[in-house]
Amino acid sequence: MRILVTVKHVPDLQSQRSFTGGRVTRTADDGTMNELDEHAVEAALQLVEAAGEGEVYALTVGGADAVVAVRKALQLGVQHAIHVSDDAIADSDVFGTAKVMAAAVRKVQDEAPLDLVITGMAALDGLTSMLPTALAAELDWSQATLASAVSVAGGEVTVERHLADAHETVVAPLPAVVSVTDEANKPRYPNFKLIMAARKAPVALWSLADLGVDPASVGREGARTVVVDASPAPPRENRVTVTDTGDGGTQLADFLIEKGLA
Amino acid sequence: MTTVAVLIDHRDGEVTRPALEALTLARSLGTPVAVWLGSVPSADAVALVGDYGATEVRVVDAEMRLAGHAAAALGAALEDADVVVVISTFVTKEIVTRLAMATGAGVVVDAAGAEIVDGRVETVQTVFAATWNVRTRIHTERAIVGIRPNTTQAVPADTPGDAVIVPVTVDRPATRERVVAVEPVERGAGVPLAEAPVVVSGGRGTGGDYALVTELAELLGGAVGASRDATDEGWISHEHMVGQTGTTVTPALYVAAGISGAVHHRGGMQASGTIVCINLDPDAPIFEISDFGVVGSLFDVIPQAIARIREHRAG
Ligand SMILES: Cc1cc2nc3c(=O)[nH]c(=O)nc-3n(C[C@H](O)[C@H](O)[C@H](O)COP(=O)(O)OP(=O)(O)OC[C@H]3O[C@@H](n4cnc5c(N)ncnc54)[C@H](O)[C@@H]3O)c2cc1C
Ligand SMILES: Nc1ncnc2c1ncn2[C@@H]1O[C@H](COP(=O)(O)O)[C@@H](O)[C@H]1O
Repeated sequence: MRILVTVKHVPDLQSQRSFTGGRVTRTADDGTMNELDEHAVEAALQLVEAAGEGEVYALTVGGADAVVAVRKALQLGVQHAIHVSDDAIADSDVFGTAKVMAAAVRKVQDEAPLDLVITGMAALDGLTSMLPTALAAELDWSQATLASAVSVAGGEVTVERHLADAHETVVAPLPAVVSVTDEANKPRYPNFKLIMAARKAPVALWSLADLGVDPASVGREGARTVVVDASPAPPRENRVTVTDTGDGGTQLADFLIEKGLA
Repeated sequence: MTTVAVLIDHRDGEVTRPALEALTLARSLGTPVAVWLGSVPSADAVALVGDYGATEVRVVDAEMRLAGHAAAALGAALEDADVVVVISTFVTKEIVTRLAMATGAGVVVDAAGAEIVDGRVETVQTVFAATWNVRTRIHTERAIVGIRPNTTQAVPADTPGDAVIVPVTVDRPATRERVVAVEPVERGAGVPLAEAPVVVSGGRGTGGDYALVTELAELLGGAVGASRDATDEGWISHEHMVGQTGTTVTPALYVAAGISGAVHHRGGMQASGTIVCINLDPDAPIFEISDFGVVGSLFDVIPQAIARIREHRAG
């Protein structure tokens, strides 16, 4: 079983997230591997363990600091790390990112075919959940997204999906792109030995030239959308907090009535 | 003239309120054309879509379940459209991603609004748990916009037209995936969480007792929400979870009872109109984003609030 997981470098949820000149501010200090991608890594490790053989690659696409995302994956136990970085990738939209990732997947496949690409359900910065589908389309692989359970047997992957209106079971032939939700598993903690090993583990650094991707087709030039303005939302005004001393419920109701909400 | 195709959201054959919101937004961008995936809509559904400005309802007998199928169906029905508007959900996000890959369109999902500026679509939306407002310009000639429910006020057209059904046939594309089982989610009375105008959510502080939360939600004509801790405990089903990995809601009123307001939860509700909370702990982060907060026990506060609202309504 050969699996590639995608891990994104995002601003820490607990940090002051912001934009600088239309771009998400990313720094080495408060950037981490997207929390939801821990579930993708865990799913991949569990599938390999269940199969009794195989290896896992972690791939990130991003600036120099993004390497922390694949280092984290190494700490969790993946065998190989790939960091695709190139100035021309900055400001890519989801389609540009998918193009770059697909090229990286193909390069890994030059060694030996992959069975699965596993992604997180969403990157906690943009939260679009579009990349998995875009990558499946770009690779022309089958897709099985938003999995809350994943299993592989007989050349097919089976996933459970909990959608708003229904619970579905989807079967997709391999190779497939699968995205997993945070319901899929409980990510493991890195142990000391892996943390030490991850420090020294090699990370393959690939550029667009290494991947044979035309720089004009990605990045700001290739993007179909561009952020033209980003500003902090004004804080809520006139906030009121009361302490219940016997009439808290009445005060709450009066607030709603006054606002025409009750 | 800009042709704006609107994918009509429908449930049990009925047009949903978000679909009417999407049609209203579409009218501000150009001439709306409705697209209906599924079996032929009822005369009532067609009339309602007409009231909101669509002159055509293009009907494609296709399923939403597989993104590949739905995208092909949608693509066939809107070849002439300059702009496509859908309601942003996990399912439609995948469909529009496929559609964009096939057509070269630019996409923004989870938008709170859209307008045409210098011949191109620009969208607005909130990000980072509603702490930032972002405006995005779609460069491409064709634009796809996924909008969140409750972000546009649904208003019928000034001159309601007669919508006619236009059947569209499309070859079912061969998708490799198979949906082998579908188990519909049992839905209680009332509107689903994502489109409810009022959401009353209970968290760990309920101790698993949703009676008061449900009673308040029903009184306010809203839906019941929950925090992840509550759904993890099995107190209430996963469909009720509000948050960035659950359902994102933007109701006019959000009530958080016994919820601390962890960043994951805030990410799914912070863009709500008015936010109200009830929490024993005055230091809970939910107070920082609440218009009105009560430091107290939900078991005291909710019954009293219900009584006061009933009394007020009785006049
Ligand atoms: C990857 C990831 C994704 C996540 N996604 C989500 C998500 O989408 N949605 C989500 O909600 N969470 C999500 N979480 C979990 C989130 O981090 C919090 O753990 C969760 O939201 C806390 O739930 P809570 O507020 O009910 O519980 P707590 O944080 O335990 O808060 C309970 C609150 O109830 C108050 N309380 C207790 N008794 C009473 C009473 N009688 N009356 C009034 N108040 C009372 C307490 O003071 C406390 O503030 C996610 C976590 C991770 C790691
Ligand atoms: N630049 C990136 N590098 C690595 N993985 C990514 C990147 N962007 C998105 N992903 C993956 O795609 C998933 C969904 O992201 P998104 O569609 O952006 O919400 C994430 O959970 C990641 O696994």
